[in-house]
Amino acid sequence: MKQSNRIKAMVKEEQEESSNRPDNTAFTQQRLPAWQPILSASIVIPMFVLIGAAFIGVGVALFITSRDIQLQELDYTGDDSEHPCFKCRTNTEKCTCSMTFSIPTLFKGPVFFYYGLTNYFQNQRKYGASKDDNQLYGDLNYFTSPSTDCDPYTRDSKNMPIVPCGALANSMFNDTFTLSHTVNGVQKIVPLDGKGIAWWTDYNIKYRNPSITPLINAFNGTKKPTNWPKPIYELDTTDVYNNGFINQDFLVWMRRAALPDFRKLYRRITHDDYAAGLPAGNYTLTIAYNYPVHSFNGKKKVVLSNVSWMGGKNDFLGIAYIVVGSMCVVMSIVMLIVYARFKFGEDD
Amino acid sequence: MTWRSPLALVRDALQGQRARERELRSLVSNLPYEGQEKGKQPNRFFLSNAIKTTKYSLLLFLPMNLYEQFHRLANLYFVGLAILNFIPVVNAFQPEVALIPICVIMFLTALKDGWEDFRRYQSDRKVNNTPCFVYSRREKQYVERRWKDVRVGDFVRVVSNEIVPADLLLLYSSDPNGVCHLETANLDGETNLKQRIVVSGLGAANLGFEPESFNSAVVCERPNSNLNHFKCFVEKPDKDKVGASIESLLLRGCTVRNTNHAVGFVVYAGHETKAMLNNNGSRYKRSKLERKLNVDVFFCLILLFAMCLIGAFGHYLWLESLPGVPSFLVPDSNGHLDVPSLESFYMFFTMIILLQILIPISLYVSIELVKVGQIFFITNDIDLYDEETDSRVQCRALNITEDLGQIEYVFSDKTGTLTENKMVFRRCSVMGTEYPHKENAIRLDVIDEPESEEEVIFNQHQQLPRSRWSLEAEGISPPDTQRHGRRRKSKVAANAHSDAAFSSPLETEVIPDQKLLQQISRAESSGGRRDGNRSFDPHLDFFLALAICNTVVVSAENAHRQRECTSPQSSQMRNPLETFSSLVKKAGAFFQRDKRNRTLSEDPVIDSAKTEDEADANRLRTCSLHAPSQNGSAIVEAEELCYEAESPDEAALVYAARAYGFILLARTPDSVTVRLPSGEDLVFEVLDTLTFDSNRKRMSVLVRHPVTKDYVLYTKGADYSIMELLGTPYAENFSGIEKNVAADTQYHLDCYAKEGLRTLCITKKVVSESTYQSWLGERKRAQAAMECREELIMQTAVQLETNLTLLGATGIEDRLQEKVPDTIVALREAGIHVWVLTGDKPETAVNIGYACRLLEEEDLVINMSCKNKVTCTAILDCTLEEVRRYRDDPRNAGTTQNISLVIDGNTLDMAKSPDLQERFVELTKHCRSVLCCRVTPLQKSAVVKLVREKLKVMTLAVGDGANDVNMIQAADVGIGISGQEGMQAVMASDFAISRFKHLKKLVLVHGHWCYTRLANMIIYFFYKNVAYVNLLFWYQFFCGFTATTMIDYWLMIFFNLFFTSTPPIMFGIFDKDVSVEVLQGVPELYRTGQGKGEYNFLTFWIAILDAFYQSLVCFFIPYLAYQDSDVDLFTFGTPLNTAALFTILLHLGIEIKSWTLVHWIIMLGSVALYFIVTLAYTATCVTCNPPSNPYWILQNQMADPMFYLIVTLCTVVALLPRYTFHVLKNSVAPSPLLQGRQLDRMDPSTRDQWIKEWRGFRGGAPAKRYELSDPPSPTLETPVDFFPEFLPDSNFMGDDLSLNVITESRQRAVHT
Repeated sequence: MKQSNRIKAMVKEEQEESSNRPDNTAFTQQRLPAWQPILSASIVIPMFVLIGAAFIGVGVALFITSRDIQLQELDYTGDDSEHPCFKCRTNTEKCTCSMTFSIPTLFKGPVFFYYGLTNYFQNQRKYGASKDDNQLYGDLNYFTSPSTDCDPYTRDSKNMPIVPCGALANSMFNDTFTLSHTVNGVQKIVPLDGKGIAWWTDYNIKYRNPSITPLINAFNGTKKPTNWPKPIYELDTTDVYNNGFINQDFLVWMRRAALPDFRKLYRRITHDDYAAGLPAGNYTLTIAYNYPVHSFNGKKKVVLSNVSWMGGKNDFLGIAYIVVGSMCVVMSIVMLIVYARFKFGEDD
Repeated sequence: MTWRSPLALVRDALQGQRARERELRSLVSNLPYEGQEKGKQPNRFFLSNAIKTTKYSLLLFLPMNLYEQFHRLANLYFVGLAILNFIPVVNAFQPEVALIPICVIMFLTALKDGWEDFRRYQSDRKVNNTPCFVYSRREKQYVERRWKDVRVGDFVRVVSNEIVPADLLLLYSSDPNGVCHLETANLDGETNLKQRIVVSGLGAANLGFEPESFNSAVVCERPNSNLNHFKCFVEKPDKDKVGASIESLLLRGCTVRNTNHAVGFVVYAGHETKAMLNNNGSRYKRSKLERKLNVDVFFCLILLFAMCLIGAFGHYLWLESLPGVPSFLVPDSNGHLDVPSLESFYMFFTMIILLQILIPISLYVSIELVKVGQIFFITNDIDLYDEETDSRVQCRALNITEDLGQIEYVFSDKTGTLTENKMVFRRCSVMGTEYPHKENAIRLDVIDEPESEEEVIFNQHQQLPRSRWSLEAEGISPPDTQRHGRRRKSKVAANAHSDAAFSSPLETEVIPDQKLLQQISRAESSGGRRDGNRSFDPHLDFFLALAICNTVVVSAENAHRQRECTSPQSSQMRNPLETFSSLVKKAGAFFQRDKRNRTLSEDPVIDSAKTEDEADANRLRTCSLHAPSQNGSAIVEAEELCYEAESPDEAALVYAARAYGFILLARTPDSVTVRLPSGEDLVFEVLDTLTFDSNRKRMSVLVRHPVTKDYVLYTKGADYSIMELLGTPYAENFSGIEKNVAADTQYHLDCYAKEGLRTLCITKKVVSESTYQSWLGERKRAQAAMECREELIMQTAVQLETNLTLLGATGIEDRLQEKVPDTIVALREAGIHVWVLTGDKPETAVNIGYACRLLEEEDLVINMSCKNKVTCTAILDCTLEEVRRYRDDPRNAGTTQNISLVIDGNTLDMAKSPDLQERFVELTKHCRSVLCCRVTPLQKSAVVKLVREKLKVMTLAVGDGANDVNMIQAADVGIGISGQEGMQAVMASDFAISRFKHLKKLVLVHGHWCYTRLANMIIYFFYKNVAYVNLLFWYQFFCGFTATTMIDYWLMIFFNLFFTSTPPIMFGIFDKDVSVEVLQGVPELYRTGQGKGEYNFLTFWIAILDAFYQSLVCFFIPYLAYQDSDVDLFTFGTPLNTAALFTILLHLGIEIKSWTLVHWIIMLGSVALYFIVTLAYTATCVTCNPPSNPYWILQNQMADPMFYLIVTLCTVVALLPRYTFHVLKNSVAPSPLLQGRQLDRMDPSTRDQWIKEWRGFRGGAPAKRYELSDPPSPTLETPVDFFPEFLPDSNFMGDDLSLNVITESRQRAVHT
């Protein structure tokens, strides 16, 4: 007992004696076990071969997928004087024009109907900021006093608040289209499905109508955007679930495109005889031509496309994968040569 | 607390201000006012003793810290940008959001500052609450108070080993002589004791000191920081003034030693004390890396401006190209559109805001964090911990760790840095006869063995009495059990004495030379007892001179540095207060100035010394040839005597004299007591001491011989300063025989020097009465002179030191520190030029140079020593020519021969002159090592500056003493060795180590690591920011240069602040490219950091270019993949952001050299953090951050296979070139570092084999350790040639013959 006490005392003394001694742990002495990879050809050659093979595989799959996608583009800007829409180009009144086109083989469904704009900078910073999220969320407080982000599209000349405010909403695309199939010389309207073209989260969460019925009452004391022919609560009077802020076309427009040349989903062709796709034949596209594009040298077009698991037609990704994969394989051969020429130290 | 009107407070404050500013302060005792309110206190205007070193206070922390932080330019830049963002026409983001990064950065910095300040606060509190004893009138005794409660005007009692709480005017000391010993190590680091004397003339109270009766006023000067100067007088009630100086001031922070207790009057307290006025915080140095970094930040700034200009110009073109006003152009709130030129002008600033993080905002704070981590690891390195002194390496400058990795020139002091500065008496020459002291050499040689020092010494002790140091005893080894017991004990003893200077047995023990002993005993016996003729025997005189001619202070108690004086043998100490009164009485008599004619027997001091010496043990008896029993009453417990010397040489000489029986017993300002071998005590009256100065290089003591009554001047000094002062040969009665004493001694001196010993000449001069009297008059005039007193005093000293008679010379060894040769070789192999700057003579220096392998036997050694400038120029030109030819000679291309230069102080001065310095520097550039001898401290720093400025290289200076301070401060990195010579060098240094050998790991390993880590981290940081910012920049080409971001702003901020910030910091702290073993085994690896190092123009721009490439890949692959689709803004940005994250992290992954658990956790953690935070953010934020709205973006993307395909492709393509480049480089042209890493992967034994082979291949095979000539190895058959391959032009190393003589004689001794 005594002895153990003495030993304890000695140990204590020992510790006190060297109170300044650093801890001898793997961490403080920087001796933690470590993995020290050295990049050199012998490890890399199989890796490069593997990556190359995988990439080529993926690339081929992507390329085939992309190649199978059918695409029909119709420019209806009407810059060319021969074009049926040429007359509408400068016309400020309501104007309609129609274009005909033919589909040689069955256009597999479901077919997506897009409208496209070029040189339209929806990603312009001030333009993108010019909206009021709270207003669009259905918050009535922001109906009467919209955010200053919307300036100068906040109030009209009579100082009435504009709902929805801002440049983004004000510049909403307002051309409309009808597609008809010529069957035996008779024009047959192809039914277009406007449901579910916007993001589910936009439709259900981000954008909400005020919970006031009828909807029109919520907009008392407000004005429609200056460029709009009719107020927001009349966008689709036939369907309360497609009216107001949750109008699908409105939602699609409000989701800003990333690049100046973009397309936006207009409708899907999923109904009736066309659920399996558009049969071969002649079609007529009738356009209610409203949206001005000459101020930005833009083009307007309609795109019909079917989609795959990777989205729309895009050959780039497939080709890129194949190229990179091939490069990896080539590199591995280079490495092999290098490896043969320079026997380096690690292989002993 | 009573209420006082504010007016009175203001008045008081003003008065206090005035009182503190006054030139002279009059202080009175506080005691009469004790207990009264503050307004009545006489000394209330002076600062209290509480100290506060904190920078901030709790309340004012925020404003003060902000003020501090805005001193940094980078912070101002970012705040400026954030403010710019509040201007509507140019803002890029929501104004508030732009403030976040800078706020986070400044918050982190503030946190760090606050923590540091808190630590200072804690240490302040500890100091302030240290107890001390203050006299209280109410309790009529000294009561315990805290330091902070001490006020000016208090009486403080300090006891032995206590730290002085404030600057005290010494009024009373328990020492009979009124002396208080003080150790100032805390202040200036000098470990020798200083004497402080009680203010004289207050001596009315002989019977102890009564604070209450102290009714004088103390008038002192305004506080200043001069530690060696203090002016003050005490004005007694009768207007009698008594002066006092620094001699009577106990400084705060010093430790009282050897004095039982003392009482002082507080003159300065707290921040007004000299110690605090000298305490200016840590220094800020800017490292080379940081200077380069700032240049690159500037480049980034240029890049930023270029990009912003492109943005502005692009915006202008874009606006101009629009034919009309499209609906996406948003006018200002008045519906008005600015002209394109104005818009693009605004856009320039918006772009700056957008692309601001091109200047890495978190770089500076990251660097600081990394350095904190690096310093943590350096100070925690157990290899840099010194058992003996229980000290770690100290990093005093916190921000130049990476400079350690770029050192190209090391300037080292010799004494105390390369050597132990523990002087050991080795041999001496008396009257032209050499006494080699071979037994002593054997003893030292045994200690040289790698075993524990103490153990061996104790073995020696064990043997000494028995064997009388005979050689045969060497064979007897003591039983093991004894060894271990002893060892333990010795360790404890060593610890107990760890702070006592020069007390290890190594230095104190000297084994006398038999022949010399016989010589002395013959002299003694032939000389007779009392005939006065005896003192003329030069052998006796020689040792008397050793014992007398010094300034060594004798301290009688062995336990003097322990807390309490409980030594039972000195009964006086039992009841100090009682006996002290009587002692003070004696002291009073002692201090009467007129005591020239005092006789030996009456001297009370000697009496007391004797009584103290009555009780003793007897180890040293054996050292004296004369049995102590002859004079039993006066036996000295010499072991109990402790010598305190200013320089270790002096102590070594005194110990040597003691070994021969000449024991220095006591030294007072006026007398020296020496015990002769016969056991007789002689008291020499000291008439004057001509102290050492660096001009004269000698010191003298003028004493009056107690028996012959002669005035004798003993002088010792450097041989060159003594030899020219010699008069006629020694006394005429030896004529003929000893004519050649001077020549013989010079011969021996040269031999000593070549052996690396420090030499001193000992002389004597008998001064006639009349000469003395006339000299004394001049001396007094000189001392009284007001102007150029120093010079006059020196002149008088020179006057007296003429016609000296040479007695002999001594050789003192200053042993090399452990592993010094190894360290120097490693430094040289690491491509570092090593310079040794020493005050020694060339011979000594060269020898040490060989011993520590600064010079190698196969080296080409150039000697430069010339008297005038013309020859100097000629020699310089010649040598330079020679060296160039040698270098250019193709035959020498493959050889590894190195060139070394030995130069002396004079020549150095000439070479440094403006017209020659270019050539000199050019020459030294070719020299692997340079040895400068006989240089002054000023020259040391001048050399460092010259090399540093002319060659633009990184320099490191290492030294241990006050004479190295200049050099340490002049160099880029100053390293102080906390050794024998105190703390001054350490105070001035950036890093403090305890042994020279630690330099190897500090520089080669930690320096390399710190530099590589930081360099790579900084390059990575620049890369990271450029790569990320460029993503935004490329997008500008597709959004009309309108500063749109395709990534949510919060996520952008998080990206820099959280997702990618910790990995580089971890990289900077933990990455380990090569292991300790390889770095130390292959010092060449260090060269990677030298010169431009890894962080240079090329690597920086390669990183920037790579960043451009990677950002192009990360932008354009998604761009092309999403072209002509209905992708929306943030959906497009998400894969970009993710690909950038993976690219940036994996890029670091390529750079990381060793993956520990920490690396894995942080890297994977960062990725996890990115996804968790982004998912959480996009899932919860519906309208929280208008107008940006990333709701459900990442979720949507993660459900899309395209996302993964794009991210994978981006990451692979972005990293492929760098990866391939690394692989090819590693395979085709592996860098030395990579080879080092390959060594690392082998198992230790193979690795050692490889290292050996590698070294062998380079021709730098580890040479055998150079041995000093002394080891009495029986195999030493042939004389050793010491300078085998010297150039013919070596002008002082010509005569190898001299050494042969010595070695021969020694061999004879060995073989007998």
